[in-house]
Amino acid sequence: MSTSTLPQFGSRPTHSAQENTKLQPWVEKYRPKTIDDVSSQEHTVAVLRKSLQSTNLPHMLFYGPPGTGKTSTILALARQLFGPDLFRARVLELNASDERGISVVRDKIKTFARETPKHVSVSSDGKTYPCPPYKLIILDEADSMTQDAQSALRRIMETYSRITRFCLVCNYVTRIIEPLASRCSKFRFRPLAQGSSQARVEMIASAEGVQAEDGVLPLILQLAGGDLRKAITYLQTAQRLHGAIDPPTPITAMSIHEISGVVPVETIRGLLRAMGVDPDSGLDASLAKRGFQGVRTAVKQIGREGWSAGQVLEQIHDALIPLSSIPAIPKAQAALAIAECDKGLCEGGDEELQLLDCCLRIWDVMSKA
Amino acid sequence: MSLWVDKYRPRNLDDLHYHPELSSRLRSLAASGDFPHILFYGPSGAGKKTRIMCTLRELYGPGVEKLRIDQRVFVTPSNRKLDVNVVQSNYHIELTPSDVGMYDRVVIQDILKEIAQTQQVDLNAKQRFKVVIINEADALTRDAQAALRRTMEKYMNNMRLILCASSTSKIIAPIRSRCLLVRVAAPTTDEMSKVLHHVAKKERFSLPETAAQQIIDTSSGNLRKALLVFEAMKMQRPDLSGDIEVAKADWETYCGKVADLILQEQSAPKLLEVRGKLYELLSHCIPPTVILKTIAERIVDKVDDTLKPQIVHWAAYYELRMRMGSKKIFHLEAFVAKVMT
Repeated sequence: MSTSTLPQFGSRPTHSAQENTKLQPWVEKYRPKTIDDVSSQEHTVAVLRKSLQSTNLPHMLFYGPPGTGKTSTILALARQLFGPDLFRARVLELNASDERGISVVRDKIKTFARETPKHVSVSSDGKTYPCPPYKLIILDEADSMTQDAQSALRRIMETYSRITRFCLVCNYVTRIIEPLASRCSKFRFRPLAQGSSQARVEMIASAEGVQAEDGVLPLILQLAGGDLRKAITYLQTAQRLHGAIDPPTPITAMSIHEISGVVPVETIRGLLRAMGVDPDSGLDASLAKRGFQGVRTAVKQIGREGWSAGQVLEQIHDALIPLSSIPAIPKAQAALAIAECDKGLCEGGDEELQLLDCCLRIWDVMSKA
Repeated sequence: MSLWVDKYRPRNLDDLHYHPELSSRLRSLAASGDFPHILFYGPSGAGKKTRIMCTLRELYGPGVEKLRIDQRVFVTPSNRKLDVNVVQSNYHIELTPSDVGMYDRVVIQDILKEIAQTQQVDLNAKQRFKVVIINEADALTRDAQAALRRTMEKYMNNMRLILCASSTSKIIAPIRSRCLLVRVAAPTTDEMSKVLHHVAKKERFSLPETAAQQIIDTSSGNLRKALLVFEAMKMQRPDLSGDIEVAKADWETYCGKVADLILQEQSAPKLLEVRGKLYELLSHCIPPTVILKTIAERIVDKVDDTLKPQIVHWAAYYELRMRMGSKKIFHLEAFVAKVMT
């Protein structure tokens, strides 16, 4: 257990540091070092900078979609507060991969929170850090903690608030119980704007010497949908694939599509046609004529090629809903079918049956419209 | 003497019969030294496992084929003992954590930490890391998957994961974003006939085109099934000539019979009869989902066009309920009763 609480940096042995940096995921390698490096969360950063100057932190709750810099921000903040030397002594990072039931909250957090730290301000690398006299406990992925563990936390938070600060990081603020949420100051992380994430990805690409064809970087950002970690991972995976070939070739749009697991547009259009929808002009009664057999063959084919039903569903939705020529009622019914199918998939239903059912329902409403 | 499926399983990336661009991609990844975590996905019988083993061989050489089977015991926090069968070589370890049901998280945490904290002992090994193969990754519970995500990043130095799943829908997004996704599509008809002819040539006989076509039709993209059917056919009728009936599995014909019964007459006594047959199928360990799907498919083939979507709808509806509930037979019966009305 003890090793699992080590923070990412500082735990690495120095002798093979060079090799490690090469093998390291770029996501870790290019994590922001200071909170000023964090992309496009101006509001949060401004507030945190203030509290950094006064060295007084509140309890914090960070929430927002994945890949928007929540963990990066708190790690950078902790580093600026405590400096590299004291980081390990003062910061406890717990996440979902560690045991985190009620017993851990009781024992581990309590023991960690009990020891009163001293105020030290000298550091080995010559810089001075504020090093305020309290400890920081980061609970990453806090929304996967059990209700009981969360309730156990609330009194602890108050009792030890003199010497500890908590930072909860989660995706869905609704999964944090109300008493905990009201003890923290909340920070919302917005999905990254196209401009700032593009700047970041371009910076990494040029630092790593990535060669990419025109239009590949915007495509990566588009597929990642505001998730910077996803964008950087796509970039690195693509670079691995293309850099491994001798001589290295520039990254193509094709391989990005393959990596991200996106179903080719043609396959989706074929499925839409089988359901009686023309992907460009909307309803087309003649297409729906093939009926049941047409839909079934299309769905079977998708299954054979190994595409995941969830992804197919998402793309059907994206293609179907913007079509302006479909009347509102069939469209609403189609959306209902998609939603129910998604629920079915989430609960573990059989992929082929669920997808077939959904497509047949859409076909039904479309052929009646 | 081993089955043809095992006997003619390709051992090298070069021997693979289809998806050549995928093979070359895997080869260059193995050669580069910068090997990522990989998630293989695709329908069953498409060759995921074969590709994984080929990739391992490419990474470590023939040493990976010296396998041994261990039985490991894990202890849960509630002091329950779990026995897990583990296949391992000096370089890799292969496990199916979903076998232990809801306790899979313990297995994942223990074994990954153990592997991750020991360095490669063999100094002659080509790679510094070990490989952990997790089968049926889509059957892992959410807890187990959540336990994987941080471990995957932290122990990147000593360990690489290869996950094998039939679909990515049930794998949580954080894991997907940490892996290189490799899709293994089922072989096309041409590719399958190429493989069948290859096996026939190795066994020194010629395969008539009609027989090959029949095998391909029944196996619907599942190459393992195709080869098994092929071997069974050869056993039954060595000359493989003329008009031959492809042997279907017993349970499949049985499901067909059930479907016929349902269509014949819709009454309470019939339902009772069907129920008996369903019990029999279940007691032969046929997965209930498969039973439901096969019966639904048979029925759909035989009813009017207007009824088809409805039957599919109810099949999907009761299949989902079956997953969520615990007593499978109730939902199978409910489906039959629904179809009868």
